[in-house]
Amino acid sequence: MSRGLTRLRRGERTVKALTLSPYSLWAVLFILVPLLFIAYYAFTDNGFNFTTENIARFFTATSNVTNDAGEAVQVRTYLLIFWRSLKLALISTAICLLLGYPLAYAIARSGARAQKTMITLIMIPMWMNFLIRTYAWMTILQDTGIFNGLLGMLGLGPVHIIGTEGAIVIGMVYDYFPYMIMPLYSIMAKMDGALLEAARDLGCNALGVLRRVILPLSVPGIISGVTMVLIPSISTFYISQKLGSGKFFLIGDAIEGQYVANNLHFAAAIAFVMMVVLLAAMALMRRLTGRRFYGGAK
Amino acid sequence: MKTVSRVYTALMLVFLFAPIAILLFFSFNEGKSLSVFSGFSLKWYQELFRDRDTLTAVKNTLVLACTASVVSTVMGTAAAVGISRLRSKHLRGVMDTVTNIPMVNPDIITGISLMMMFVFIGSFFGMRTSLSFYTMLIAHITFCLPYVILQVLPKLEQMDPSLPEAAMDLGCTPLRAFFKVELPEIMPGIVTGLIMAFTMSLDDFVISYFTQGNGFQTLPIRIYSMTKKTVTPKMYALATIIFFVILALLLVSNIPDREQDGAAKRKNK
Repeated sequence: MSRGLTRLRRGERTVKALTLSPYSLWAVLFILVPLLFIAYYAFTDNGFNFTTENIARFFTATSNVTNDAGEAVQVRTYLLIFWRSLKLALISTAICLLLGYPLAYAIARSGARAQKTMITLIMIPMWMNFLIRTYAWMTILQDTGIFNGLLGMLGLGPVHIIGTEGAIVIGMVYDYFPYMIMPLYSIMAKMDGALLEAARDLGCNALGVLRRVILPLSVPGIISGVTMVLIPSISTFYISQKLGSGKFFLIGDAIEGQYVANNLHFAAAIAFVMMVVLLAAMALMRRLTGRRFYGGAK
Repeated sequence: MKTVSRVYTALMLVFLFAPIAILLFFSFNEGKSLSVFSGFSLKWYQELFRDRDTLTAVKNTLVLACTASVVSTVMGTAAAVGISRLRSKHLRGVMDTVTNIPMVNPDIITGISLMMMFVFIGSFFGMRTSLSFYTMLIAHITFCLPYVILQVLPKLEQMDPSLPEAAMDLGCTPLRAFFKVELPEIMPGIVTGLIMAFTMSLDDFVISYFTQGNGFQTLPIRIYSMTKKTVTPKMYALATIIFFVILALLLVSNIPDREQDGAAKRKNK
């Protein structure tokens, strides 16, 4: 008996070693080490000697721009770019949440068949190549494009949208909207309908049910949706190039630009700062939300 | 209330599908314009099938996606089996964190981090460029792995642990018990993982963009270079074909059925 048990334990250990080692090796080589390479490039010069120059350049580089009043002002180039990325990504995420929350709720409350159809429909655009989707928006929003054509038929417009920050936001919202719907929907679909009824029976009005039951239970879905929209929008470089007509550089554009110009060390420095900020933000979010969760929505 | 939510749902669908409808429509344009329709024609489809670069890119994309999804599914399933057996909370936490990295990191970071490593190693060995099909394959396997693991792991944890034990008590070797008992139990997770890995690989642009090299182009990269120049309805013809392929795949495989909980873990792309 005891010999059999020892053999089983040993077998268990072999299984663990055999199944885990390829992935562990892979994860170290191709997930962890590459991240170290970002840090390595960020803190070295072209000859791979240690320097903090690249990081310093991110915070101190300046350029001249004209402000709204037409005056030339000096700005911190990369801090401005970073701020703009954050701002546009936050606006897009907020719009996705505001548009997506009621939609996810409406889907989750409909019949089983309708739910399936709706989710399939929402997923289709997600599976289309995002470059083509973005490009389609560019032709729609052009000054002579379809959108202005429609406005013209109504006797309105034309409005100049392409090449503005608004156009970038439209692109981000469109491209990443399904990422918001999916987690919201899967949380809401699991919500127990009886809970909502109980809240109503106990005297909650519709708003009360939303505020006291639905919202708290859907917090994990909101967090997951917000993360999944925020991260790609903050780091995108294609949407801003096409819909912003290249006038509004985002942090992704800055990295890609340095990559194309073969300035790998500075590209690494920008990426490094972005990574640190994102990690800090995520740690903060976990700290803030981790305690307030109820287990209910699991 | 019902009407309000119906109208709202319909409006959102219009928002989601209007650009796609426009794209489908203008792929049949006779002229070169993407916003003025001058007559029906299939000539852009003919052009598309004469475009060697695009056809090669389609082939490359399929080869890459098949290889990457199969490799990541095998390795990821094995990893999930190992992870589910970890007793140490600490080790388990480390594995979970590492697995999460490619999912929460922006694609651009994953892309340039791998690229920098490849370039560094390449120049260390004095190669002019180390980027090729293989570096892209490595990158694709890397970002597909977490999706497979996160599909398979819950299935393993839902499984009754006494099942494989019973099989072994009845005389199965551990390996046989795995293939006879555990594998069929977790198969749905493996299949969903495989499909997700395949579609992620198919659709990836950012990571491929940074790890491409030696003239190996995938379809998203080909599309990117098409949009660098003046775009003709040829690209819309391509998009139309992609659209109907996706539609057919969705209708045939009924993926949303299985995808619902997986979708929550999907990221950008």
